[in-house]
Amino acid sequence: MNKIANKQIICDTLIKRGKENRDILVLTSDSRGSASMAKFGEQLPEQLIEVGIAEQNIVGIAAGLASSGKLPFIASYAAFLSMRSIEQIKVDLAYSNTNVKVVGISGGLSYGPLGMSHHALQDIAVMMAIPNMTVILPADRYETEKMTDELLKYCGPVYIRVGRNSVPDIHQSANFDYEIGKALTLTEGDDLTIIATGETVKSAVDSSKLLKEKGIKARVLNMHTLKPLDEKAVIKAAQETACILTVEEHSIYGGLGSVIAQTVIQNYPVPMKMIAIPDEPAIAGQQLELFEYYGISADNIAREAVNLVKRC
Amino acid sequence: MENSLLLKSIEIRRSLLKTIYNANMGHTGSSLSNVDILVTLFYQVMSYKVKDPTWEERDRFILSKGHGVESYYCILADLGYFPEKELDTFCQFKTRLIGHPNNKVPGVEVNTGALGHGLPIAVGMALAAKLDKKGYRVFVVMGDGEQAEGSIWEGAMAASHYKLDNLIGIIDRNRLQITGNTEDIMSLEPFKEKWQSFGWKVIEVNGHDIDELLKVFNSTPKKKDKPTIIIANTIKGKGVSFMENKAAWHHKVPDKKQLEKALLELSSQEGDLGE
Ligand SMILES: Cc1ncc(C[n+]2csc(CCOP(=O)(O)OP(=O)(O)O)c2C)c(N)n1
Repeated sequence: MNKIANKQIICDTLIKRGKENRDILVLTSDSRGSASMAKFGEQLPEQLIEVGIAEQNIVGIAAGLASSGKLPFIASYAAFLSMRSIEQIKVDLAYSNTNVKVVGISGGLSYGPLGMSHHALQDIAVMMAIPNMTVILPADRYETEKMTDELLKYCGPVYIRVGRNSVPDIHQSANFDYEIGKALTLTEGDDLTIIATGETVKSAVDSSKLLKEKGIKARVLNMHTLKPLDEKAVIKAAQETACILTVEEHSIYGGLGSVIAQTVIQNYPVPMKMIAIPDEPAIAGQQLELFEYYGISADNIAREAVNLVKRC
Repeated sequence: MENSLLLKSIEIRRSLLKTIYNANMGHTGSSLSNVDILVTLFYQVMSYKVKDPTWEERDRFILSKGHGVESYYCILADLGYFPEKELDTFCQFKTRLIGHPNNKVPGVEVNTGALGHGLPIAVGMALAAKLDKKGYRVFVVMGDGEQAEGSIWEGAMAASHYKLDNLIGIIDRNRLQITGNTEDIMSLEPFKEKWQSFGWKVIEVNGHDIDELLKVFNSTPKKKDKPTIIIANTIKGKGVSFMENKAAWHHKVPDKKQLEKALLELSSQEGDLGE
């Protein structure tokens, strides 16, 4: 069982690369512990910049650093970074195409019992609406490591969302091709396509096993990059499978489901179903309790898939 | 009077520690830090009606450092806003006692949790009182780490612009935030002068001295037409020796042994008061 959270993987990778490249900086807002970046601060103290509890300031400062040749990674709470700082992200990062990586930690329902102020369930919607922003949700530790290395070569503003806890592995090893903007096909199938992103991919993969027992062959796409979207893979799925089911840890508005629907409807309309958090302040509870409650579980995904396939 | 409030503070500390222990979640140090301020306000200073939580003339209270909510919930339960038993549901599945103030809970005015929101809301409430020619006061408790949020200073500017002498800000100046000392993370000093230069009447007190707090609360506004800020010097984790002044206790949860030790300490403080 994997015990390392994705945010910790980002830190470990940045420590490795940061020792070789002193321009790599991590910015924190009283969040280095929560972001698992404390180790980066201990090993590379001069490359960690603390701004205090000030999410607008942190983005502005990162923008300034980047335009002076630095490679800043902001590591702060997804809920606040995505919403509190959104104008700085739009104007200071996206508008000027500034090379800043914005890492939203403890995203989605990671802070389940702490309430709506701490849930990050609108972050994808907001980030996707901003031109020039790239939006990535890694699924497991192998993917996170590959992503972090790619990010160091990838120029421009990127929003990355990771959760708080360790997540089960999806990949067996780091032995797979990873490209920002290119979906990963995890299982082949032509009865339906299940598209998931981030830390919900695991439930999608597990649901495909349950479906197989029922004789339903599901194609599972891991849409780690929501923007730029791998439209080709989506259109191909629409053409080759009868219907599409999406799964995400985000509001039903403006996340994965919305953007897939938008692509499908304009290119090759097929029936769809979206599993996401409904339009309400999410109730309190531990993340996995809430996954269960809101239907982001292998069981429920399989159930919805069966219903969807019946309709098609 | 002071003695009974001191006893109340101990009772609330005991109750919040048990609540956090049961939930296996919470902001222990942050909550212990603000107990005496909240106890003074709720048991002696503010006017409100438990049976009529939206009574128009009530004084308004906002816990802007929403993570320090446990003391707040424990006080509301003790006052009878909701059954004490409900504290057992703190942070549990489907609870309304979520880990930050939630206005589904009677007695909570506004939802907080994202830092830096309380003061601007308080400015709005105080402004409404002026517009409606009502006499209520607005109290807002902020953290010192929270002061790094720009919105605090936007609120500070507006409050003095609108001469809101019915607005009282209290800063829980425990000098610690999550990562460590405020002066290392984002320095605030000279802090008093900053607030003064924004047009506020600034008063510094010992935030655990209930007599001193009472005196100050009961004599504000000291200056007509000026909002008041009370810099309350406090100790994070106050009341439990091994939690005091330790950043690690910001959101650490005591284990069974630690809980017992803490409760024992509180009992002996109680005993001292009885003598
Ligand atoms: C906008 C925002 N950013 C970050 C956080 C995460 N956070 C919760 S408590 C805290 C530290 C608060 O320190 P301080 O204001 O000094 O309060 P204390 O607990 O020390 O009384 C932080 C950074 C938050 N709740 N809101």
